[in-house]
Amino acid sequence: MARITELDVNGSRRRVDAGADRTLLSVLRDDLDLTGAKYGCGEGQCAACTVLVDGQATKSCLTKVAAVAGKRIVTIEGLARNGKLHPMQEAFLEADALQCGYCTPGMILGAVSLLRRTPNPSDAEIVIGMNGHICRCGTYSRIVSAIHRAAKIGGGA
Amino acid sequence: MISRRDFLAALGGGIVVVLIADDCDAQESGGGARRGTREPVPETIDAWLHVGEDGLVSVFTGKVEVGQNARTSLTQAVAEELHAPMAGIKMVMGDTALTPYDMGTFGSRTTPTMWPQMRKAAAAAREMLIDLAAQKWSVDRASVSIAAGKVSSGSHGASFGELTHGEKLTKTIPGTLALTPATAWKVAGTSVAKVGGRDIVTGAHKYTFDMKRPGMVWARVLYPPQFGSTLISLDSKMAEAMPGVKVVREGDFVGVAAGDQETAAAAMMALKAEWKPLTAEASAKDVGAYFRKTARDAGEERGGPANPQLTTYNIAYIAHVPLEPRAAVAEWADAELTVWTGSQVPFGVRSELATSFQIPDGRVRVIVPDTGSGYGGKHTGEAAYEAARVAKAIGKPVKRTWTREEEMTWAYFRPGGVIDVGAKVDPDGTLTAWEMHNYNSGPSGLQTPYQVGTKTERYHQTKSPLRQGSYRGLAATANHFVRESYMDELAHAVKLDPLEFRLKNAKDLRLRAVIEAAATKFGWNPRQKTFGRGCGIAAGFEKGGYVATCAEVSVDKASGAVKVLRAVVSFECGAIVNPEHLRNQVEGAVAMGLGGALFEQIDFADNRIVTNRLSKYRLPRFADMPVIESVLLDRKDLASAGSGETPIVGIAPAVGNAIFDATGQRLRSLPLVPKGLVS
Repeated sequence: MARITELDVNGSRRRVDAGADRTLLSVLRDDLDLTGAKYGCGEGQCAACTVLVDGQATKSCLTKVAAVAGKRIVTIEGLARNGKLHPMQEAFLEADALQCGYCTPGMILGAVSLLRRTPNPSDAEIVIGMNGHICRCGTYSRIVSAIHRAAKIGGGA
Repeated sequence: MISRRDFLAALGGGIVVVLIADDCDAQESGGGARRGTREPVPETIDAWLHVGEDGLVSVFTGKVEVGQNARTSLTQAVAEELHAPMAGIKMVMGDTALTPYDMGTFGSRTTPTMWPQMRKAAAAAREMLIDLAAQKWSVDRASVSIAAGKVSSGSHGASFGELTHGEKLTKTIPGTLALTPATAWKVAGTSVAKVGGRDIVTGAHKYTFDMKRPGMVWARVLYPPQFGSTLISLDSKMAEAMPGVKVVREGDFVGVAAGDQETAAAAMMALKAEWKPLTAEASAKDVGAYFRKTARDAGEERGGPANPQLTTYNIAYIAHVPLEPRAAVAEWADAELTVWTGSQVPFGVRSELATSFQIPDGRVRVIVPDTGSGYGGKHTGEAAYEAARVAKAIGKPVKRTWTREEEMTWAYFRPGGVIDVGAKVDPDGTLTAWEMHNYNSGPSGLQTPYQVGTKTERYHQTKSPLRQGSYRGLAATANHFVRESYMDELAHAVKLDPLEFRLKNAKDLRLRAVIEAAATKFGWNPRQKTFGRGCGIAAGFEKGGYVATCAEVSVDKASGAVKVLRAVVSFECGAIVNPEHLRNQVEGAVAMGLGGALFEQIDFADNRIVTNRLSKYRLPRFADMPVIESVLLDRKDLASAGSGETPIVGIAPAVGNAIFDATGQRLRSLPLVPKGLVS
């Protein structure tokens, strides 16, 4: 079977040696030690595994690594620049939009992708855009606040 | 392996405060510390605190962080009494080699028990630092003060590190030290930001699921297709032929290990196992009758067939669904075991492991990284045991992570139950008699907080066809659902407004206060009746906290769609430790409670869980959320109680009562509307 030998992750070309049918989630976590993307269900129901692929929120547990070869992958580890948090990360902290935090990386990347599509979303647009994400701790209303907050300071950039 | 005593010795210079439990005699009851000595460490210890020569304050507690923000609140406790900045305090939690024994993080016990202990340890350290400064500078200790982590007296000033440099002091204190009253708090009682929040939003925090150890391999463990099946035969040749795969078979335990998780999963699939099934005793459909039939006191007293005067409610089993499933990494070295695992009971897991492997507790170290939630669902050490067993057999560090399907099948559930309730009410609305029987779901919250003449409240233990255990709020959710729904039935029977009926029978002033606060914020009186909409109220008391919840729902009778539009929760748990985090807990409890209220239920039949994955088990999502408003009553005159659980108990009955208000339909089962409202 064909093997994938290189991925473009967080702005760097990373060497890998992965079977083409492995999931992106597994390669990121196990081979590249980028554990910010989380396993939650393995069937695309919780979106804890969300990463950006060419700027689009993508469920990495359902994505074969072969499908993203040559595409720009951004994980939560690549969102802050030179130690400066991304506006969406700041907004999540300011709104206290997390408890256990296990869903948070996926939430943040899903929200960044949402703002790229819809820079100033209404409550309803946030609910529709984020409904695939589960926060079992139930911080949903705070996440909505955080996204509004981030929208005001360019959180989709 | 490092023992706690060795560890204390190894802490190096600085000062150590060891806090012994309230109920045990103090070895030393205050006064100056002896220089250059290490006292023997007593056995019954609640916490210890170390101020290092670098000035860093390290505090050690067996509690764990699972999202409830104990790490933050406990750090606040230390900052408050030590007059030190939050950033200079490091909380070491849930590590059985480094932290004192702790029963576990459950029952909303961290705030009422560990929180004051932390404050006492910090207050003692503060006094030691003042003593040190007074000696060093030859000044009256009354002239020495500490603020923002600096010790000063007149022209003298020093950081903690400058004072503790070259010292090696230990002080054992009893848990009876005087503490700063809530009215004078500066850090406690404020909305300090979550400790460790930055590591979470950057993905830097390592949950157990994220851990890796040198030379580590991945394990999977064979489970039968049905509960209770026994393994008859196993053909593991295909699995063993796979590259790097090891199969571990010890009796009924079958594990596979491989260098990566895909190979481990493939090896598991390649195992050919033959099972002898067990006949199922009950399914989700007939479990209510099963509870009654198997009640241990059936036949005694009023057991047997239900008293026809009582009204029956049903409670479904539900799942915790912590987003991080069970996981562990285990490593053996010289017959000593170290396990990293997400558990609410690290010392309990240590005992489980020590017993399983027949080694002393002291040869097992359990470390709990801050964990991807628990909600009462992570009291046990299954993944830890499995990882340790495979690791022992193959002689390598092993990581074992549960799949979602395993988590939803082989973990334990919140108990289902059947609850019978009845009451007598005078025509003016005064409750005169109350009777409630809970079969299986549990005794928590079974006692009515209302004033009633005569009461019978009994929990009947039964058999459970499913593995069951703790859950956020335990049975208080079920018991409050039944009590508060039935209170609503009674109010309508005597033609009183549900709020008025409750206030008429609520004599406890704290209960009345939350009811009135919620009703006022909600705008209960007067409220407009809108077609297709309804309002409901519920109240209760549990684990030291008082809660009242008002809900407004809309019901589309044609489609049966029920939407909760608004929820107002009034909560009082004594002096508030962190208002923003408390609000977050209240909101989260409502969100989680809505799942069990509206649609969450475990379907099971033929010894299988039907709802064994998220595509089959509906969880609350963004679109299910009402507007949630919380009213926090801050009672600075009362000790702080926990808040992670009690705010969950009011939402189900408030919503059920609101559905009745909207439609006239009384729903007597949790979940209320798994398939929408069916007339």
